Amino acid sequence: MVDKTVPAGKEKWDIHIVASRRNLELNVGEIWRYRDLLMLFVKKDIITVYKQTILGPLWFVLQPIFSTLVFSVIFGQLAGFSSNGVPPYAFYLISVTMWSYFSDTLNITSKTFTDNSSIFGKVYFPRLIMPLSKIFSGLAKFFIQFCLFLVFWAYYVFIKHSITPNVYILFTPIILLVIITMALAFGVLITSMTTKYRDLTFLVAFGLQLMMYATPVAYSISDTKVAKWKHLLWYNPLTSLFEGFKYGFFGKGEFNVPWMLYSTGFTIIMLMIGVYTFNKVEKRFIDTV
Amino acid sequence: MSREVAIRVENLSKLYRLGQITTGTLTHDFKRWAAKIQGKEDPFMKVGEENDRTKKGGSDYTWVLKDINFEINKGDTLGIIGKNGAGKSTLLKILSRVTAPTKGEIKIKGRIASLLEVGTGFHPDLSGRENIYMNGAILGMTRHEITRKFDEIVDFAGIEKYVSTPVKRYSSGMYVRLAFAVAAFLEPEILIVDEVLAVGDAEFQRKCMGRLKDVSVNDGRTVIFVSHNMTAMQSLCNSTIMLERGQIKMTGDTNTVINHYLNTYVSTTSTKVWDEHESSGNDYARLRSVKVLDNDGVAILNSFIEEGVNVETTYECLEEGTKLYVTLVVKNQKDDHIFTTSSIAEEEWSMNPHPVGRYKTICKVPGNLLNDITYKITVFLVRNSSDIVYTAEDIIIIEKTDPGNNRRGLYGKWGGLVRPILDWRTIKLDN
Repeated sequence: MVDKTVPAGKEKWDIHIVASRRNLELNVGEIWRYRDLLMLFVKKDIITVYKQTILGPLWFVLQPIFSTLVFSVIFGQLAGFSSNGVPPYAFYLISVTMWSYFSDTLNITSKTFTDNSSIFGKVYFPRLIMPLSKIFSGLAKFFIQFCLFLVFWAYYVFIKHSITPNVYILFTPIILLVIITMALAFGVLITSMTTKYRDLTFLVAFGLQLMMYATPVAYSISDTKVAKWKHLLWYNPLTSLFEGFKYGFFGKGEFNVPWMLYSTGFTIIMLMIGVYTFNKVEKRFIDTV
Repeated sequence: MSREVAIRVENLSKLYRLGQITTGTLTHDFKRWAAKIQGKEDPFMKVGEENDRTKKGGSDYTWVLKDINFEINKGDTLGIIGKNGAGKSTLLKILSRVTAPTKGEIKIKGRIASLLEVGTGFHPDLSGRENIYMNGAILGMTRHEITRKFDEIVDFAGIEKYVSTPVKRYSSGMYVRLAFAVAAFLEPEILIVDEVLAVGDAEFQRKCMGRLKDVSVNDGRTVIFVSHNMTAMQSLCNSTIMLERGQIKMTGDTNTVINHYLNTYVSTTSTKVWDEHESSGNDYARLRSVKVLDNDGVAILNSFIEEGVNVETTYECLEEGTKLYVTLVVKNQKDDHIFTTSSIAEEEWSMNPHPVGRYKTICKVPGNLLNDITYKITVFLVRNSSDIVYTAEDIIIIEKTDPGNNRRGLYGKWGGLVRPILDWRTIKLDN
């Protein structure tokens, strides 16, 4: 509420607009005040994405199933990667689900400024609300797909007994959080950089594709075919996360704590750089976009 | 007792880079950065000059706003006027935090919301209800506040029957009403209104004006109003700021400022001729000239109210068989639309296929129709009954004066936008 009383000599102002502000502060209080808007954006994304389609939300489920089929043919049959003793459908399904969440989130958040320039140009709200809402609406899709995976997984665990999960499964939420944060960090950094120099936009789609091959999505890092590259692959901050995630569910693969700490540290630093640039750009981007 | 200040603007300046932002941006960024680490002033900030669009500046940078200072008290309505490019929109953008100033600061008490341009933040697939919540939230309101005002919003917009219908099925009028209602009924302490009244029908505009007055007088909220419509400005604002090239030229009582503005900017022109190189049309046709002539064919700026004038438009048909006609829109200086007249009243050529060539059409405006004020005329060249080939906005400005012949000794201001002499007959009833 607005303070109606004015103390003598010292006035209280609610909004103070100045030329420059500190860039590293993340105004959590303000984002919290706009939480209703965040929720409405998420709701809008979910409602409108499959408007005027026949299959509607069924697409959430069909996408990973088709990708899994294609992956198991191309990588499993043609390229001959082993799924490390895990039933291939379960293996590829979780990989595809995780990867598509990561790449979709990065892709869409990296267009925050360009996609929303018309609304950003007319009204103020904390700009970070936009990428955050994309994370949450993406998460809704992710959970539906993840449930699909859980069905497959439960079938292999309890009926076929061909998978033995282990206690590392409890790390799943943390690993997921790191992956989400990394997508956000890259996304906001890229979108901030593309307001002035558009070149990066071309790189994103292309880069993401290359990145997928450098991440254990279609293969496992313990596969003998990639042994030669293994020490290099760990430097990809996504590697330890994707491996660790699968290790918890399948009991196969590697849960590499030092590399996971590396990934987490990397993500935190990227997030700081991302938020710094985002804050710096959001104040004036409308002049250059 | 001094009243509480709602907004205080101090030394506000904004620098813009002109032209394309691609080549040289990197080198400029680098120079700027180099100056910064050496502790010097930004090398590009010094060069900015006053914003004059007509002259080509020596620098790529220009001050669109320079040293703006003003205060608004709580509950006041402030008007901002200025020509296009005077810095009005930039000032509003900084106030609504869409962009940041280059120098100076603004202090604001309470929340600030701007009446959004129609459709901003509306999602066509969402229903009226969902869009009200969405728009309210974008303007910084909480779900609870919106729920409290929901019925009033729906009622004002007159969309009770359609709250659950996706807004893409709304008529454009419903759309506008809804957009206005959301902003006007929510409760930001400060409301920014930018030229929105240009849309909607007359009745809705009256309703909006009423609501805006209500907002400031009864609810005690602060309103900042930008418009080219001087009549609306006069009825709404207690004080007005006139901007010119990014600086405050005058500030004070609304009537005084508006009169100064009109005297500064409005000059009369009775002739406009486009030469071959100027764009005044498209591949089908182009305007060649517009002239206001007296009965002897002499161009005139000023004439007596009882004298008729002829508006002569020449145009050229460039494509065989194009159907063309001309429309004139007559306004006063305050942008009130007085009347529209069109050559569709003419039967030989208007709306009929024109062979390639030049044409002249004359509109005779009779005497004893216009009042002793200044009129602006906008000329449209139209093809196929609805495609506008070219719009020459406010191209002609003429003045009428009253020599006092038909007053029979009556003095004083004879009000009105037109002053026709009508057929009066008086008879004595009792014998």
